[in-house]
Amino acid sequence: MDPRRPQSQPGIVSANGPKVRRVGFTFSLQNPQSPPPFSSVISGAGDVDGDFSSTPVASTSPVMIPPPRIPVQVPAARCPVDAGESILAAGSDNSGDAELSEEWVRSSSGKYSLGFSMSGINSPVAAERNEEVELDFVDGEEKFLRGSAGTQKLIVLHGLAALSFRFYVFCYHSSSNEGNNAGTGAKMSEAPMPNKDMKAASKPLKEKSSKAERRALQEAQRAAKAAKIAASSGMGAHGTEKPAKLPKQPPKKKDAPLASSAGVSEKKGGDRSSEKDKKKDVPPPRMQYDDKSRVEKAKKRSVVKQTEARNRVELFQHLPQYEFGNQLKELESKFFKLDPVHPAVYKVGVHYLTGNITGSSARCIAMLHAFKEAIEDYHTPPDKTLIRDLTARLSSYISFLNECRPLSISMGNAIRSLKTCIAKLPLSISELEAKTIICSDIDRFINEKIVIANKVIVEHAATKVRDGDVLLTYGASSIVEMVLVHAHELGRQFRVVIVDSRPKFEGQALLRRLVTKGLSCTYTHINAVSYVMHEVTRVFLGAASIFSNGTVYSKIGTACVAMVAHAFRVPVLVCCEAYKFHERVQLDSICINEIGDPFAITNVPGRKEINYLHNWINKENLQLLNLLYDVTPADFISLIITDYGMVPPTSVPVIVREYRKEHLF
Amino acid sequence: MPDVQSLVNDFVNKLKKRKIEGSQATARQTAELLRSVISQQRIPYTNQAGALIDAVKAVGEQLIAANPVELAVGNIVRRVLHIIREEDLSLTTAAIGGMNISAASDDDENDDADDRPALSAAAVAAAARSTLRPPSLQTLLEDVPDATAVHHTSSSGADSEGKSKSADKSSRSRKLKHDVIEAVNELIQDIATCHEQIAEQAVEHIHQNEVILTLGRSRTVMEFLCAAKEKKRSFRVFVAEGAPRYQGHVLAKELVARGLQTTVITDSAVFAMISRVNMVIVGAHAIMANGGVIAPVGLNMVALAAQRHAVPFVVVAGSHKLCPLYPHNPEVLLNELKSPSDLLDFGEFSDCMDFGSGNGEPLLHVVNPAFDYVPPKLVSLFITDTGGHNPSYMYRLIADYYSADDLVIQRKPAVGN
Repeated sequence: MDPRRPQSQPGIVSANGPKVRRVGFTFSLQNPQSPPPFSSVISGAGDVDGDFSSTPVASTSPVMIPPPRIPVQVPAARCPVDAGESILAAGSDNSGDAELSEEWVRSSSGKYSLGFSMSGINSPVAAERNEEVELDFVDGEEKFLRGSAGTQKLIVLHGLAALSFRFYVFCYHSSSNEGNNAGTGAKMSEAPMPNKDMKAASKPLKEKSSKAERRALQEAQRAAKAAKIAASSGMGAHGTEKPAKLPKQPPKKKDAPLASSAGVSEKKGGDRSSEKDKKKDVPPPRMQYDDKSRVEKAKKRSVVKQTEARNRVELFQHLPQYEFGNQLKELESKFFKLDPVHPAVYKVGVHYLTGNITGSSARCIAMLHAFKEAIEDYHTPPDKTLIRDLTARLSSYISFLNECRPLSISMGNAIRSLKTCIAKLPLSISELEAKTIICSDIDRFINEKIVIANKVIVEHAATKVRDGDVLLTYGASSIVEMVLVHAHELGRQFRVVIVDSRPKFEGQALLRRLVTKGLSCTYTHINAVSYVMHEVTRVFLGAASIFSNGTVYSKIGTACVAMVAHAFRVPVLVCCEAYKFHERVQLDSICINEIGDPFAITNVPGRKEINYLHNWINKENLQLLNLLYDVTPADFISLIITDYGMVPPTSVPVIVREYRKEHLF
Repeated sequence: MPDVQSLVNDFVNKLKKRKIEGSQATARQTAELLRSVISQQRIPYTNQAGALIDAVKAVGEQLIAANPVELAVGNIVRRVLHIIREEDLSLTTAAIGGMNISAASDDDENDDADDRPALSAAAVAAAARSTLRPPSLQTLLEDVPDATAVHHTSSSGADSEGKSKSADKSSRSRKLKHDVIEAVNELIQDIATCHEQIAEQAVEHIHQNEVILTLGRSRTVMEFLCAAKEKKRSFRVFVAEGAPRYQGHVLAKELVARGLQTTVITDSAVFAMISRVNMVIVGAHAIMANGGVIAPVGLNMVALAAQRHAVPFVVVAGSHKLCPLYPHNPEVLLNELKSPSDLLDFGEFSDCMDFGSGNGEPLLHVVNPAFDYVPPKLVSLFITDTGGHNPSYMYRLIADYYSADDLVIQRKPAVGN
């Protein structure tokens, strides 16, 4: 086989299919052409590296661009792709003739997919063997410093301000027959679309077919492709799905449509995926707590024993209304008995419960880190498959966290991404590899969607701060704090008005941090917002989520501040990372919300004399309602600053749609 | 009169130290003080009304200066001045009309003050006002010559030395003072009972299963809601707590004690809840002549939210809160900044406040205003003790209660000096 190797072009994966199974993680750069305002964001993405960053960014044609060949003579050699974020080192087996090639495949929907392939052509390995992948994070370290107040700072040691790349490569050698190798290998050189095969291969994997079947399937596909037959015959081998494929179009992954020269097929692929998406689009109905039978069932399962609040507010019967403060002891006693919950997850859950970790980004990051830890400690039980068992395990973690505190939208999105990642894993992958992939995917999510997104937002928002401005902010949004600090570091002269509200007074912590940094601050409470609004020139707000109809779901009171600002003709700018966007639509703050500790209403910290209601909380007529979120109508919002740029609220559904397409949600 | 002066000083001190809570208490105490001022004022033979007016104005000026933000003080001073003018006028018309009435009143004068005559001076004044002198631009213009005419007649009366006339005069002078005190008593009574009068109208505005939102605590609102409850209406009340004073807790406690379904919410939840509310009922600090409201802080936000959701925004207030002034920049000029310690504990940020560095300006300001201004376009309805009114009708009510001469209290001494 050695003589065949030189034939293969650099861009062509000379894989003879059955031996190699490559799974390329498709990750997306934002299309530089797509929405014009974003281009500045993405321009940084070109830093990836000289080798192939230039090609994908520059190219618009949907054909593949052969990347330079990467020598992988040395086993476990570092590939010279200085991709900034991750360096992959692919070890091949000792035959030394493994070949690694990458391809950038750009789909017309503005995605680039990167497929790596390793082929051990001459090594008929009897058993499946997995090559360890080494993922090396050069500068992808994030440090999370959590202040005692529960807010969190991210100090990112990143050389890149661009969206990060991370490649997941793993090699997979499987035994195959030589004859097929020869045939396919020759064909491969002609038809340089090897990773399509890989994608195709991963599809049946998901369907839990046996290995033999899968292999047969792959071979059938390759044979079909090699012969340049219409794909219909290939489909015949493939089974039921994808009957509408065009001849040249091998089966695709639904969520990562590969490039093809045929726009029609691309469209079809898009259609299909959008159909699937549409089904997914409908958010699963939330648990409605006025449904008695379901609540009972949920209670039986639950780890956290909640006692229901005595005087539940009638309007919010559909939301969980629990008494706070008494679950903790029980949970503590359970600590060593908690079989289903990993200690890291448990810890995070308790933090949620006690309110040590608040803020949607902070909660999301904490959850992902806990999951990562849990996955690292995970071992597949002997008679189970990793994908299914791990998903189930994670689901139990998630329901535990949900019991501690209802999941935020950001967490929901992160979980969706994580589950997609797990579901995408091939069945035959080794446990270690799978874990590595998942963990690096989690890291990628945190880095790309939160850390770098924050940086981009801060860059954008700082352009909106001028000298002499009076900026008003509400509560303690971490992203707004970053914006203010950044603008201050840029030397802008401005004042900050911090509006705070009961019962948590998060603004005080923000006030302290800003004053310490030397910003001139005015502090007031939400009732006085009309009084201070006269002098304000801009309002910066954070958000827990932004819904598809442009409404902003955020800390309670945000709507009031935005409304008053609107009435005073002051621009309202909402800073929110795109991963928090959600396709749900919402008109009022009643249907979806969260209810906090009702007794926080009666107690005023630091004001002992305010105790009028202390002896009255058990009265039947008295209800205490501590809502945590509200919904700001879109017409109060002037601008949404997100990692895709600055958009009006009407553009939110567009971002939601594009984002989902790209990120497999 | 040292005792009156000490009373006045006492009250001024209280006002300065903000010891008196609520405009109703302020109004009542002001009226009581003015009553004692009037009763102790020595009445000259000539220009009795003028002497009373001057005395009241002098005291009123001190009171207003003590707490210019508490508009109820100025309102009551003007009301008393108006009463003096009205009584003087009605006496004059009665004297002109004939001696019969004055003779009849002379007998009444000897009766106990509590035992009021069926036809009280105020009623006479009201009748005179409504029949003889409808408050119109013409009346306002006529007012000045009339007053001088009154003075002229009284002075001419004093000039004559006739025995019977002098007796008539002394009785008249006593009568004016008596009538004024009588009317002021009635005003005090009005202030004390305005809650009940407002509350009587509650059933006309609250229906079954209504959801009502209010913010902070107002006694008028509390009585209003309780009156509807007593009439067997069952409804639900959302009480926003009204930080940083948290008077909403007090209100909630009172409402719960009366058996009303009450839900306490944070102030920030107002916008979230307003879409499920049928009506917003709030109290006021003062109602301005343009129909705008000086209200406890936070109500502008509530009013905006109510307007956004087309929820009626109803202000209940006694007529003593009706102020004849037109506001200019009321958010700042008619506001009061309270202690920052309501928001931040003393010394909490002392480590951050480095006064020595930079230009000496502290980095941290704390704003804690007491009042909000709600513009008239956000108010749906005023419910006062005289019934419901539109914001645009307020100027007309003011003409009923105040005379145009008294709108600016300070000017008179300035001119006199």
